[in-house]
Amino acid sequence: MSATSHTILNIPDQRTATLPKRTYLNNEDGLLSWLLTGDHKRIAILYLISITFFFFIGGAFAGLIRLELLTPQPDLVSSDTYNKFFSMHGIIMVFLFLVPSVPATLGNFLIPIMVGAKDLAFPKVNLLSWYLYWIGGLFTLAALVLGGVDTGWTFTTPLSTHYLNTHVVTAATGVFIIGFSSIFTGLNFIVTIHRMRAPGMTWFRMPLFCWSNYAASILMVLGTPVLAITLVLVALERTMGIGVFDPTKGGDPLLFQHLFWFYSHPAVYIMILPGMGVISEVISTFSRKRVFGYTAVAFSSVAIALFGFFVWEHHMFIMGVSNYSALVFSLLTMLVAVPSAIKIFNWAFTLQQGSITFETPMLYAFGFLGLFTIGGMTGVFLGALGMDIHLTETYFIVAHFHFVMVGGMLMAFLAGVHFWWPKMTGRMYPESLSKLAAVTTFIGFNLTFLPQFILGYLGMPRRYHAYPPEFQVLNVLSTAGATVLGVGYMLPLLYLGWSLKYGAIAGNNPWQATGLEWQIQSPPLTENFIEVPIVDHEAYDYEWLAQKTEQEVTTVG
Amino acid sequence: MHISPVLWQFLVKWLHASALFPAEASTIAPYADALYLFLMAITVIGLVLVGALVFGFSIRYRKARSPVATQVEGSTLLEATWTIIPLALFMVAWIWGALLYFRIYNPPTNAMNIYVVGKQWMWKAEHEGGQHEINALHVPTGRTVQLTMISQDVFHSFSIPDFRIKREVIPGRYSTVWFEATTPGTYHIFCTQYCGTNHSAMIGEVTVLSPEDYEKWTQESTSGTSLAQNGERLFASMGCNACHSGSAAARGPNLAGVYGSKLRLTSGSEVLVNDAYLRDSILNPSQHITAGYAPIMPTYQGQVSEDGLIDLVQYIKNMQSNYRVQQTLTTSESNQAAPTTPGVVKP
Repeated sequence: MSATSHTILNIPDQRTATLPKRTYLNNEDGLLSWLLTGDHKRIAILYLISITFFFFIGGAFAGLIRLELLTPQPDLVSSDTYNKFFSMHGIIMVFLFLVPSVPATLGNFLIPIMVGAKDLAFPKVNLLSWYLYWIGGLFTLAALVLGGVDTGWTFTTPLSTHYLNTHVVTAATGVFIIGFSSIFTGLNFIVTIHRMRAPGMTWFRMPLFCWSNYAASILMVLGTPVLAITLVLVALERTMGIGVFDPTKGGDPLLFQHLFWFYSHPAVYIMILPGMGVISEVISTFSRKRVFGYTAVAFSSVAIALFGFFVWEHHMFIMGVSNYSALVFSLLTMLVAVPSAIKIFNWAFTLQQGSITFETPMLYAFGFLGLFTIGGMTGVFLGALGMDIHLTETYFIVAHFHFVMVGGMLMAFLAGVHFWWPKMTGRMYPESLSKLAAVTTFIGFNLTFLPQFILGYLGMPRRYHAYPPEFQVLNVLSTAGATVLGVGYMLPLLYLGWSLKYGAIAGNNPWQATGLEWQIQSPPLTENFIEVPIVDHEAYDYEWLAQKTEQEVTTVG
Repeated sequence: MHISPVLWQFLVKWLHASALFPAEASTIAPYADALYLFLMAITVIGLVLVGALVFGFSIRYRKARSPVATQVEGSTLLEATWTIIPLALFMVAWIWGALLYFRIYNPPTNAMNIYVVGKQWMWKAEHEGGQHEINALHVPTGRTVQLTMISQDVFHSFSIPDFRIKREVIPGRYSTVWFEATTPGTYHIFCTQYCGTNHSAMIGEVTVLSPEDYEKWTQESTSGTSLAQNGERLFASMGCNACHSGSAAARGPNLAGVYGSKLRLTSGSEVLVNDAYLRDSILNPSQHITAGYAPIMPTYQGQVSEDGLIDLVQYIKNMQSNYRVQQTLTTSESNQAAPTTPGVVKP
């Protein structure tokens, strides 16, 4: 490789290269060998296929929503149907895609390898978590097929308990079960990271991907039970009328909001933290540099996880909570924004004095930096009490959380999938087509969601089937953007599928990255490592890698 | 605000002309917009900074120009910089936001009160003078208006974007918000909390009138009986006056002048009598027994609609003496044919 090359890609000579003879993919054959597997890598693949399936269902609903909003009149479907569209979009995207996205796929695949372990601590619990995910998913699909549910993903009482006659309990049961799948994943990660690190792999030698998944796991384990209890109460109230939330029976409807957001705010960090871990890995690799301020980035993940539990009331500022408690929660909200700012600047400064190349994962990571900055800053708008009054429950908030969840998390997820694709499959994705997809996604995303900020400040409420005609121009822009975005998401599905058979053979370490996962064959062996790795260097130590490569060359040569 | 008024006017006019900015039709709006522009400014600066760093480093340190990376551990000074500066800016946003919040949610004492009842899927506004409106609200310019709102079923949220105000309308409890309209015209009312099938049809228009036009409107559209008068009728027909007659031997406490006073309860706690307390003690009387009285009042949960409760509250609020209460009572006792309405009473 010449020094002036524009890529760090280093793949074996395709004329002689072959995939390894024995890998986790061909170790055992048959459907049962997959469905009964305990291998974290196979479970990760099962999860990847599953969440992709649900992503495209959720995405189809997003498309239908945008299509309806093309015109101000409620003309495509009835109001009830529209309400079911956005409810299903929210429930599927949040619980069946975003929450498990990075942890259950990339995390499952990589965390044991990154810490130098053979598997996760509880392989069978890991498999159980995938089955629970599907049982929950089937309940959700059942609610959809039987006629849908129109609570919105927030299941707000007393609407969900007393006023809707759709399949609320079925959908709530689904979400309840999926919750356990996420608890089990979190539990597995926590135990694995505590107990199964290879000799020499100290906490501060771990890749930042492990840190951020660890922080997210804490949130999953501590937060999800609260959601489960809340949904049980909703179901009991709906079926038996126990009166916890019903004001006519002495219940408190605001209690539901407190309980729901006590989970669902940390859930936002469950969704974004693992994505931040991906960004750390990608930016380090493609700038050939240790992540700037490693400890600051690691601790900011933990800080986000801790503060994340104490900001839930910012979803309720206009709901008649005490003005002074709102003051405290606003302050805490401002504080939780700081660790995110720290991360952004650390990533930016990782580039400084690096040797930067621009492969697809890096492009997605750059997209993440821009979109997450906007998403984070608009969060400050909503955290500022007086501003929240005008902005909450409008399209501003829709745009804000899509910038964080889609602009942030989905960009990070795609960055990660492209980055580790050669490790997972042994083959490269087509570079120029994927660059096109990354750029298309970025443009489509901005076109879809930037107009929504303006709509929100103009006052257009969220979850509206019809809207005043003066908002049409911006809605048309948004729908046009969604079309571009749809193309951007279809492309990877097609070319990644293509690459499974026709992609170039990647070799062990196409990106010349430092993580333990890159020092083993791709795709890895079922047992990951032939011998237990002994770690004597910090994460992102490119000099160690250079020395190691040099040694290998001399030994082999 | 340190922006010069001329510049401010220009900015606002220009933004309105571009249809990217809502009208400023209340006294709150300019304060909200000032904070919005501040937040917008720090967002743009932050974004430009991150963009400049990413693009700048990408060009300067791309592999072609910088074939070998120089490893850097980090820098405490830089970490401190990008911790403290964002923190300081966020603290400004926090305080500024809090000031605005307290301004919007602490009503001035002399505000004119209008009741709003939200139900699936309409807004009902009730003026004290007896004007009732559906999905409409008439208010004068230059007067502070307080909305006391309640929902009859699910959560709703009352929003007037051009006033920059919004408040959740909650079943079972009053919430309030206030504004002072500045510019005559009509503006959107939206329900912004998802409330079921016709959520997006739960909209209305607020019509801001000059004080003279407003006066004219009140005269023309009154139903003839004020809320308090409706309340008085309800008070008598439900037999409230049998116990709350104000006489020394009465089984229920005297209600004249009770509004705004501090009341000691049998539980030993002291409460301020306001709209919410009155409403709650009609629906859950056993929780609110005035010291010295027996817990004999039955609950009226499910027997009075929210509109009826508003009438009753409004009546008790304005009750200065028991003269009329006792008079109604004597009339009904002397004349056995006086109407009594059993069961559910709706005004």
